[in-house]
Parts: sequence; structure tokens; C-alpha cells
Amino acid sequence: MTANDASPHPLQLTRDGQLRHFLTLDGLDCALLTDILDTADSFIEVGERTIKKVPLLRGRTVVNLFFESSTRTRSTFELAAKRLSADVLNLDISTSATSKGESLSDTLLNLEAMASDMFVVRHSQSGAPHFIAESVTPGVAIINAGDGRHAHPTQAMLDMLTIRQHKGRFDGLKVAIVGDVLHSRVARSQIRALNVLGAEEVRVIAPGTLLPREVESLGCTVEYDMTRGMKDLDVVIMLRLQKERMEGALLPSEREFYRLYGLNQEKLALAHPECIVMHPGPINRGVEIESAVADGPQSVILNQVTNGIAIRMAVMSMAMGGQVAERQQKLSGRGQT
Amino acid sequence: MTALLDIDQLLDQMETGLRQVLEQRGAESPVLIGIRTGGVWLADVLRKRLGIEEPFGELDISFYRDDFSRIGLNPRVKPSSLPFDTEGRDIILIDDVIMSGRTIRAAMNEIFDYGRPASIILATLIDLGARELPIQPDVTGRTMALDSHQRVKLRGPDPLRIEFQEAGQ
Repeated sequence: MTANDASPHPLQLTRDGQLRHFLTLDGLDCALLTDILDTADSFIEVGERTIKKVPLLRGRTVVNLFFESSTRTRSTFELAAKRLSADVLNLDISTSATSKGESLSDTLLNLEAMASDMFVVRHSQSGAPHFIAESVTPGVAIINAGDGRHAHPTQAMLDMLTIRQHKGRFDGLKVAIVGDVLHSRVARSQIRALNVLGAEEVRVIAPGTLLPREVESLGCTVEYDMTRGMKDLDVVIMLRLQKERMEGALLPSEREFYRLYGLNQEKLALAHPECIVMHPGPINRGVEIESAVADGPQSVILNQVTNGIAIRMAVMSMAMGGQVAERQQKLSGRGQT
Repeated sequence: MTALLDIDQLLDQMETGLRQVLEQRGAESPVLIGIRTGGVWLADVLRKRLGIEEPFGELDISFYRDDFSRIGLNPRVKPSSLPFDTEGRDIILIDDVIMSGRTIRAAMNEIFDYGRPASIILATLIDLGARELPIQPDVTGRTMALDSHQRVKLRGPDPLRIEFQEAGQ
């Protein structure tokens, strides 16, 4: 609980309930998540045109503020902003100003002085985008591109878009999230989104050492045995084994992990015959997933990447729209008094 | 004012007008694009009346509106769908009501992102005047002026009818 929870409306929403930042899926209802998916559907069509660009954010400046490196997330955010006609600045802070001793607040003040309209923030500390949203100049939108172990809301929403495209609905779906849930910010966001959108069952399949404490409280069931866990699944989401985040002996060995929790054709055959296979990437072939499955007919891994651009276009234009609408309301309110 | 407009009469007018303009321009295989929502219903009707075989396109101009910086994004946006290549084609662009001309400007900007058409003919059911941009329809069902408190809206798709409302209702 932060002090902000006591305020009349959540930090990321305007008083009318529109997005003005996109920090977490917590507090967003089914109607708003569905609006995001519907808007993204329209942006998918834009991506199929000769000129894959719309003028919504023309003349606005989007800064990709990555305190932690990520090629795929950063490049899809960059492409999304460019397809909205924004000017984009990519700052890899891990190799920049902070290493010269500049504080986060000072970095932000400098970027705001460049008349930026939106910061897309990736940070290893949970809550960093929230902190920035609280301190940033009014009118500037903050988009969370992944913070610590907390949340990765655009990844979760692109996964929801992919599921809806292939299954057409959420109710009645049985979805499993397999692997390193402990270190995964995306798993938390996915469990949240699936519950809000009405999936019948969200199952996590992992060894106890790779599950957070009281994981069931997030809104999921737990299965330690993957052979049992695959039964009746409509969707299986594999997580990347985050080797760079492993501390201590959480795993006996990669080979042992693959034997127990890697997705191969035999295990996939235990699921519903039309079960789709998802993975946020980058995939470790032979560690989480067999190549024949990753490249197979049930895999929608590359659709996820395409959908990532559309979801990011949707979230960016909705948050910027919320900011401008709010500013306009304040101006007209001042005019009347 | 609750004077009813006969929709069939207005559609006859549009059909006759379009046939004339198409002939003048020598446009032999035009395609129709309707602007959501009313323009799409009209495109469906006019396609049959003009005997055009190709399916019509549907345009949602939400991503091209010029008032994003005032009101933000329309949350009800739906994908546009143009089931043909617009490059080098003669396009009949259809909307229900024209007033400021801003919707048509946005629609033309969007059409050009699909390719370079040979020509665009603009047909609207009702022209309310009050233009803010130098955009005029080639074909109109009816030109009329409303009092500032009145609104007009096309309801449909089946049956199509024109509804007048007093503002605030």
C-alpha cells in the first residue's frame, strides 16, 4: 500500500477513468483491459498497410528510458512510437549519466527540460515507474516497460491479445504459466490480467524453489508435476529461465530443469489438441522449450512479437489521450471560475 | 422542426448525382469507401444501386482526427478495412452528414496511407453547411441549414432513417 491509494483516484487513471499512465494492471477493470485489446486490434490493421503510420502522436516526444537493457521490448516500443508519428529518443541509462553520478531525479529533470511528453521506463527496481509518475511534470505520461519483479503490463496485455486472437474469448479457458515464476514480473501481470478478463483457471507449473511465497494469493492454482499440469490446457505460457537473476542453488541443473519442466512434444500432447504455446522471448531452446515445439504449428511466439507493437501503440495513444483530455478539462475548468 | 426527410428520395438524388460525376470523369470501375458508421450503411446501399461488384471499404478515422490534442483517443475505435488496392483507383467516399469538413480531411489523409488513388469523389447524404475547411461534396442528397440547437443523425442500418433531435435530448 502506498500513500497514493488514499487519493480519490488511482495514479494511472484520470478522474473519468481513462488511462493517463500505464504502470500496472492492478486496479484496471475488465472494461478498460478490453478497451486496450480492442484499440490494439485496430492498430494491427495499421501494421498491415503500405504506410504503417498514423498521425496520433505527431510532434510529441517519447523517451525510452531503459535502466536495464532489453532489445525486444525497447525496439517494439520504439517502433510503436514511430508508427504513432512521435519523435523517439532512446536512452540506455545503464551506460550513461547515472554511471557519472547523476541522480534519477536530476536525469528526469533534464529530460523534462527537453519537452518530453512520455517516458517509457524499464528499471530493475520494483516501483521505479510509479515513483517517476508521482514526481513527473503534469501532462507527461509514464509507461512501465518492466520493473524489478513487480510488473510488465504491456507484455501481459500482448499475451492477452494473442490469446483472444486465437481463442476468441477468455471465459472457460484453462491457462498454465510454466517455469521461473519467482523471478518473473510478467507472470504476475499475466495472472492478474487472466483473472480480470475471466479465464476459468490459471495454473502455475514450477518447482517450489521457483515459486514466490503464497503464490496462490495472486489468483492461481499450483502444480509441481508438469505431466499432471498439462491436462486439458487451452494455453501454455512458457517463461524464460532467468539465469542472470538466479542467486544460490534454486535449480539442480539446466538439464534437470528441462527434463522436468521443459516443453516438448510428448508433454504438449497431454494438453487440449488445440492448445497454443506462448513464450515472451528470448527463448532458450533446449532449456525451457524444444525447437520442434517452438517452431511447431501450435506455437504463436512470433504472433506475440507482432502483437507487442500493436499493444504498445494502443497503450501509448490511450495514455497520451488521457493526459491531453485531462489538461483540457483543467483549462476549461479554470476558464469557468 | 420535425419535418421528415424521405430517405429514398435522397438516395435517388445521390445515385443520379454519382452516375453523372462518374460519367464526367470517365471513371469506369469505381470503388466505394464509407466512413463509419452512417457512411458505411450508405455505401452498402449505393453499391447495390450503382451495380458495383467489388465489396466496399470501411473507414474508421479515429486515428486521424485533428482533435486528439483536445479530447484524446476515441475509445470505440474499430479497424478500418479496405478489401482492395486503392492505388490508381477512382474512389467514391461516402459520409452521412458533412459540416465542418474535418472528418473528410481525416478520411482523405487515411486513404492516402493505403496508396495513391486516381481520384476521390465525395458524396454525402446531407450537407449542413457551416464549413471550416475548403472541402465540398461532389454529390449531396439534400442541402439544409439547422438551428444551433438542432442535430441530425442517420439511424440504421435497416431501415435507414433520418432523425432530427433538439440539443440536450
